[in-house]
Amino acid sequence: MTQTANRTWTEVKTPRRAVIPEGLWLRCPSCASMVYRKQMELNLHCCPECNHHFRIGADERIRQLVDQDTFEPMFQNLAPSDPLNFVDLKGYPERLAAEQKRAKALDGCRAGTGFIKGRAAVLACLDLHFMMGSMGSVVGEIVTRSIELATERDLPLIVVSCSGGARMQESGLSLMQMAKTSAALARFDRKGGLYISVLTDPTTGGVTASFAMLGDVIIAEPKALIGFAGPRVIQQTIRQELPEGFQRSEYVQESGFVDRVVPRSQLRNELARVIDYAGK
Amino acid sequence: MSSFYQLEFEKPLLELDRQIEEAEADLKRAGGVSPESSSPDALAIGSRVDALRARRAQTLIDVYSNLTAWEVVQVARHPKRPQTRDYIDLLCRDFCELHGDRRFGDDPAMVTGFARIGPHRVLIVGHQKGRTTQEKIACHFGCAHPEGYRKAMLKMKLAEKFRLPIITFVDTPGAYPGIGAEERGQAEAIAYNLREMSDLRTPILSVVIGEGGSGGALGIAVADRVAMMQYAWYSVISPEGCAAILWKQANKTTNTAAAESLKLTAADNLRLGIIDRVITEPVGAAHRDPAAAAKAIEQWILVSLPELERLNADELIARRYDRFRAMGAVTETASA
Ligand SMILES: [Zn+2]
Repeated sequence: MTQTANRTWTEVKTPRRAVIPEGLWLRCPSCASMVYRKQMELNLHCCPECNHHFRIGADERIRQLVDQDTFEPMFQNLAPSDPLNFVDLKGYPERLAAEQKRAKALDGCRAGTGFIKGRAAVLACLDLHFMMGSMGSVVGEIVTRSIELATERDLPLIVVSCSGGARMQESGLSLMQMAKTSAALARFDRKGGLYISVLTDPTTGGVTASFAMLGDVIIAEPKALIGFAGPRVIQQTIRQELPEGFQRSEYVQESGFVDRVVPRSQLRNELARVIDYAGK
Repeated sequence: MSSFYQLEFEKPLLELDRQIEEAEADLKRAGGVSPESSSPDALAIGSRVDALRARRAQTLIDVYSNLTAWEVVQVARHPKRPQTRDYIDLLCRDFCELHGDRRFGDDPAMVTGFARIGPHRVLIVGHQKGRTTQEKIACHFGCAHPEGYRKAMLKMKLAEKFRLPIITFVDTPGAYPGIGAEERGQAEAIAYNLREMSDLRTPILSVVIGEGGSGGALGIAVADRVAMMQYAWYSVISPEGCAAILWKQANKTTNTAAAESLKLTAADNLRLGIIDRVITEPVGAAHRDPAAAAKAIEQWILVSLPELERLNADELIARRYDRFRAMGAVTETASA
């Protein structure tokens, strides 16, 4: 048994911030060993000691999955607006501006075409580094356009999900992205397109309850949190301890909602493999 | 009648009702007012009763025409507010309930069945919150489980097969957040409904009758036309949920602010293009006159269905696709 096997999920700390703190060394949140940062990064952002999968942003994901120099980014000129004039402790435009500056992108989804071990595909990756990968109008639109592009060009579609859920600041419009993306997938499905959904830590809320759960093949990274409601909401509702491993990839696979749990080091191979079986 | 007055902003009405009751008792004691014989005393009291009644009527109108978004949410949750089964009783004939998802069980939080509305044979799908304590617990207060969503889809496919239009009544705080619900694939059940509803080759009408809480609401609302009752709410998250996350605490002040920001009222959703129609409720909201509320819904159904039935199935689902495809606020900038 590994050191973490006896712990419940609540005790396994995931990094509070999606961004790993700067510095040469960092402590692995899973096995607690001090890890040389560069080595961790060269290891696809996984702990060299325990293979803990650190959260990564969309750009890094694309670097890891797509054959070098084959990625052609698309739809990156789409910008969010503030249709609701949403104000909480901060205004939404203010939040957006800060996120855009930090993430160097207009919103939280990178998409385009590329090759995976020589197989052409449309790829869309949600970006956890942009407002926790929340789905607003732009994320919904980019995912939808990616689906439509795959439909048009008869290409396999891969969507890598990671999301805190729908974006509250766009309220109803963000909710409607669930219907929009799912409707586009219905058309893609009718045309016989292959859609591989990759779930990474964390995939929750409206993203899970729409395109993330609609893959022909659903692959999850190890120990990723996957669910509709967040564990805290569930705990508050039912007022009891959650079972060990609850809502983690392996558990969700056992429940029957994930086809394969695949470590990051194998993800590229597995995507190519599924495309060879099911792609056109 | 006391449970009518649970809402803080209705306190002026409660006070007026008390005064009317007192004045009416006085009037009775003074011998009442009639064309033949009325004491000057009785006449005076009689006109006071009339004045109070008029004031009450006006106050009711005033209160309900100036509700904040948070107050609307409270009206939408009113314990006396008509629910799916009430509307089935009030506007459907010959309801033939169909139970179960044929996979796991029968979720009482989701009601499905054949019914007749006007000249139409339809399939009804709706969230049910429950009225008695026992019923509320069985229905998880209107929070459906995956088997509820799968039951809804199974019956909707039945409707498609036999070309029955589908009417859905949306009334849920959200899909149930629990261990079993997650283990049985709450997210998959909703996602599957969204995809399949977009493709059902029969007309679909949805009415948000009370609460339209997030994915749990949308899971039966991918429709050709969507209407909201005047005092219903529809949003990606409840005001309390939003306040707890963005304001770090849920209390009256933050709930009010969150409800305002979320633009969850019927008028807001209409403006944002999320719904097509606001159905006007009787004065003082649907719980004061459920029959009138049902009549208003029926009228909308009777106008909308023939318009949709004129379209062939390909056209119908193409338009449904375009309806949702157009949603969102996206700006195309010149470059990335
Ligand atoms: Zn480690």
